[in-house]
Amino acid sequence: MRFLPFILANLLRKKVRTALTIGSFAVALFLFGILLVVRGAFRQGIEVAGADRLVVLNKTSLIQPLPIAYRERIQRIPGVKDLTFSSWFGGVYQDERNFFPQFAIDPPSQLRVYPEYVVPEGQWGAFVADRQGAVAGADTARRFGWKVGDRIPIQGTIFAGTWQFNLRGIYQGKRPEDDRIQFWFHHDYLEENRQWGKGLVGWYVVKIESPDQAARIAKAIDERFANSPYETKTDTEKAFAASFVKQTGNIELLILAIGGVVFFTLLLVTGNTMAIAVRERVGEMATLKAIGFTDRFLLLLVLGESLLISLAGAVLGLGACKLFTLGGDPTRGLLAIFYLSPEAMAAGLGLAVFVGTCAGLLPALSAMRLRVVDALRRV
Amino acid sequence: MAPPAGSGDGSPLIRVRDVDKTYRRGSEEIHVLQGLSLDVAAGDFIAFMGPSGSGKTTLLNLLGGLDVPSRGSIAVAGDELTRMSAHKLTEWRARHVGFVFQMYNLIPVLTAFQNVELPLLLTRLSKARRRQHVEAALALVGLGDRMRHYPRQLSGGQEQRVAIARAVVADPTFLLCDEPTGDLDRKSAEEILDLLGRLSREHGKTILMVTHDPVAARRARVVLHLDKGVLVEAAQGAAAP
Repeated sequence: MRFLPFILANLLRKKVRTALTIGSFAVALFLFGILLVVRGAFRQGIEVAGADRLVVLNKTSLIQPLPIAYRERIQRIPGVKDLTFSSWFGGVYQDERNFFPQFAIDPPSQLRVYPEYVVPEGQWGAFVADRQGAVAGADTARRFGWKVGDRIPIQGTIFAGTWQFNLRGIYQGKRPEDDRIQFWFHHDYLEENRQWGKGLVGWYVVKIESPDQAARIAKAIDERFANSPYETKTDTEKAFAASFVKQTGNIELLILAIGGVVFFTLLLVTGNTMAIAVRERVGEMATLKAIGFTDRFLLLLVLGESLLISLAGAVLGLGACKLFTLGGDPTRGLLAIFYLSPEAMAAGLGLAVFVGTCAGLLPALSAMRLRVVDALRRV
Repeated sequence: MAPPAGSGDGSPLIRVRDVDKTYRRGSEEIHVLQGLSLDVAAGDFIAFMGPSGSGKTTLLNLLGGLDVPSRGSIAVAGDELTRMSAHKLTEWRARHVGFVFQMYNLIPVLTAFQNVELPLLLTRLSKARRRQHVEAALALVGLGDRMRHYPRQLSGGQEQRVAIARAVVADPTFLLCDEPTGDLDRKSAEEILDLLGRLSREHGKTILMVTHDPVAARRARVVLHLDKGVLVEAAQGAAAP
């Protein structure tokens, strides 16, 4: 700590250069944070997927339904603890750009299968009692300024007509990464009022006794409905979410590519800055060595300066990113979760430390290897 | 081999024997110092004079442990420098040598106080003790009121006095001054020489100074002349008793 004022004084000798380098780090880390937020939004379903839940779909396609009659038959399969079902509604609220997912659900089983969603007891009771009732995620309610008791009209696109709902509750997630953007309403209400597709549901979500039995139970479900008009394809919720993400393209590779290019450029920029900083101070470093500062001290001094720049930039960039995410999803609902997790911030800091160390290493080694006699001659 | 030169009173503080220093420039060998021997007693004030390329600065670098001889031995207060590793030499310099350079070599982003404090950062002294030492050193060179000034806010003479304060603050065994007045006007040079004289007389500091300036050299107790890497002449300076 006794050398910190010395390191700070060195960094402040070229204020504009230091500020620009810190700025480069801040911009890169801001971008890194946003990339991780987007990645998290795409992978959110995978990350939060229950290990003890299976998704049963129509084998032909995700958009093909399954009979409601499968409910009891699935329930009877050994190892199945509980199940619920949902159907995609796909309506429009006021404007097509106001996207949020709407699901017709089975209220009695919904929260048993999805315990991570929390609705105040009174609100849930009011929802269950009202056939036109609906529950919205907190983010969606905030986005449109909805309050419990509001009447919400949604224009059907799959099921024709304007559907009226009474907002009876607002749900929260227990974990920060749980989504809060869905809109739930009674499957019975859909069933009574739709013109087609009666007796069918979109998919089943099955809660099983133990995750270890997932493969066996999935196989048993699919075998039960094999060679029927509605064959099933059962998978873990995690695998289902992952296959869903895959359909949107290789987000991981895209993020890796962008992040890699950004950080490689940053490495070159910072490395160059540190190299110039060391070259400018050859005489000073020789003086320090002459009066007794060791080679190792010079190495650590330069690395310390490089690290301080990278950490300052990282704190600024990640801090700005965090503030940005607190403002909510800027894409009007395309990203279910817009959240920079502490793990992502730690990864950003770690990356900044790595780049800072790498960028400072060569200049630090050259400072360490400096021959005092030669360098003093250049002063 | 040149005979040992210096004041030669009692057991020498610095003992140089048969030192050669050779550099290679391509296929050519350049003999900068040849068979140089020298004794320096504690408290001596010695000036080295000679033409450019005579080996004065090289000798100073060897005595300060900044470079190693090609042959021969250098012992300071019983420590044989030629047997020390580079790391040991660095630690030895911190304890035993105070450097004063022609261009002052202060760190421009540090204040006078912080520049003088630098050698003490290598010790275990507490912050309060370091402050005491730095204030005493700056008072000694007459800059007690310039502690918060940066080098750019000081005159050349003041900068050199800060450099001298930095050289003495850790109470080293001896001072090595390479052209300490080379970049100063006559008046500032006189002040610096007065200060070095005072350090020698009143504080018993051993001082080895390289200079081109005969006026500066006369302030020393002994003046040694180097030519082509060989000590050729010794003379009494004005400071001789």
